Amino acid sequence: MSEFHNLQELRRSASLANKVFIQRDYSEGTACRFQTKFPSELESRIERTLFEDTVKTLNTFYAEAEKIGGQSYLEGCLACATAYLIFLCMETRYEKVLKKIAKYIQEQNEKIYAPRGLLITDPIERGMRVIEVSIYEDRGSSGSSSGSSSVSVSTAR
Amino acid sequence: MKNCDYQQIDPKVVPTYASPSHIGTRGPRRVRRKWEVFPGKNRFYCGGRIMMAQQSGVLPLTLGLILVTTGLFFIFDCPFLVKHLSSCVPVIGAVLFVFVFITLLQTSFSDPGILPRATLEEAANVERQIDSSGNSSYRPPPRTKEVLINQQMVKLKYCFTCKMFRPPRTSHCSLCDNCVERFDHHCPWVGNCVGKRNYRFFYTFIVSLSFLTSFIFGCVSTHLAMRAQGGRGLVFALQESPGSAVELVICFFSVWSILGLSGFHTYLVASNMTTNEDIKGSWSGKSGDVATNPFSHRNVFVNCCSVLCAPLPPSLIDRRGILPVEEESAQMCHADIQLPANKNQRNMCSQGTKGLLESAALSPLLSTSCPQGKAQAALLGPERHSAADSEPSLQFSKGCRAQHSAGSQGNTSSTRHTHHKSHSKKHKQAALNISNPTCPDSAPSSKDGGHRRATFTQPLETSLCDGR
Repeated sequence: MSEFHNLQELRRSASLANKVFIQRDYSEGTACRFQTKFPSELESRIERTLFEDTVKTLNTFYAEAEKIGGQSYLEGCLACATAYLIFLCMETRYEKVLKKIAKYIQEQNEKIYAPRGLLITDPIERGMRVIEVSIYEDRGSSGSSSGSSSVSVSTAR
Repeated sequence: MKNCDYQQIDPKVVPTYASPSHIGTRGPRRVRRKWEVFPGKNRFYCGGRIMMAQQSGVLPLTLGLILVTTGLFFIFDCPFLVKHLSSCVPVIGAVLFVFVFITLLQTSFSDPGILPRATLEEAANVERQIDSSGNSSYRPPPRTKEVLINQQMVKLKYCFTCKMFRPPRTSHCSLCDNCVERFDHHCPWVGNCVGKRNYRFFYTFIVSLSFLTSFIFGCVSTHLAMRAQGGRGLVFALQESPGSAVELVICFFSVWSILGLSGFHTYLVASNMTTNEDIKGSWSGKSGDVATNPFSHRNVFVNCCSVLCAPLPPSLIDRRGILPVEEESAQMCHADIQLPANKNQRNMCSQGTKGLLESAALSPLLSTSCPQGKAQAALLGPERHSAADSEPSLQFSKGCRAQHSAGSQGNTSSTRHTHHKSHSKKHKQAALNISNPTCPDSAPSSKDGGHRRATFTQPLETSLCDGR
């Protein structure tokens, strides 16, 4: 497997082979959390710890965005007092954290995933349902696997 | 076989676009936004900033009643009461009216928490998991998945329209044809679903409306009582102030139902339940097991705060996002069915990373939507019975009706109508939301996003149509 030094090279010389979906973890309720279980398709591509770190960091970001505490109470009360008009003017806390997440994912893609021929899609673009990891094969290498033949492992059973 | 029909998209229904774009042209091109290709039955205004359900329901009536009553109050009652009682009266009335009006508009015009439909790859992935679990019968059973939430088993249902397992507390609204997170009910009075994102607006609306109605009722009664003093009688008072009679009637009949509704929703907020769950009896243990609400924090105050004061979640449907250029060229493909797959690859690979991410982003919109209307009805069938069995929620007789995916009690005509309309509309939607419809010869490593139909259908067709 060839090394991709950056994302530019990735797009120039790679073709999409497969996609892996990391599903949501509902064991603690409807708060946004993703399963940290390592999918088998990525075993040959990336170290388990790196991947799990990424998912755990994303989970922490989302927990921070959805945290209910003193600050969120104040914001909620203030918003209610203004008939929620401040939502039209201000960026909500969630949106601020989403920007941080987008930056983090971009960074992770550039530093860790693209060199390994992988690409992480921001969950917000998938309705916060899944983390989509696209696996790229070098076009020069021998025929890549069919997307339909692989069995995805992540289930919430 | 209906499962096979479920995937088929009629190539004849492929739309022609008003401003087709060709790869490489630099002519002026109208920027298209994602709301224009949204698969659900919603209406968008102001360039996607405002969204509503397709049927506005009785929203005009709601607005009319509120405006008329408040207008009459200011015209007929306020002058008298300012003179004889206090000048605070119109101030309080104005504040309440502003609250009611703004929260009503916010409830009606905002995204209730719609979940975008699954992309083709996601849907194919889910289908593979279901089929690989050993079930290869001719007619797959209704698909459910059990998850453990806070030590309690909760069943997640598969949505045939959106092609995904619905997250907990999510329900598919048949009127809007969307899965809505933390679905409460579809409210015809506000002309929109009430879900995770706009529940606080809705709650504030009904609470402030209760205050406004009670306040106006009280003021009008005081006004008429003061006029009727001195033995002149009520008839005389009404003659002097005819508007008050209208207000009295409106307020008298609405205050009970609105107060009842506010009380009911206060109970729901305090126990962190939705109307949908309450009606279905999800946590009342009717299944025999002692089922408690796994989402409740067991503390009234914490429940209220988590429902009303939690950070407002973002809209997941990105209405104002711009459709990327290759979306246009991709949709050009659909007119030319025999487009070879390698051209698609070239399109994909000629973008930058951002383009890759953008093309991934447009996938939710391109998810094949030739939904299985009949299957959904079949799936809804047993649910409809259970919903009908449970108490019809008399407090909704005047208030909002809970119209959830189990079909609405007493509103089957609109559900049938929806299915009727949806049948023809779904063709159109399928065409609009089409990915590459064929390319059956596309290389296995063909690209993602909108061009994945071949890999999506083949495994489905082989696994689901085996029994044919």
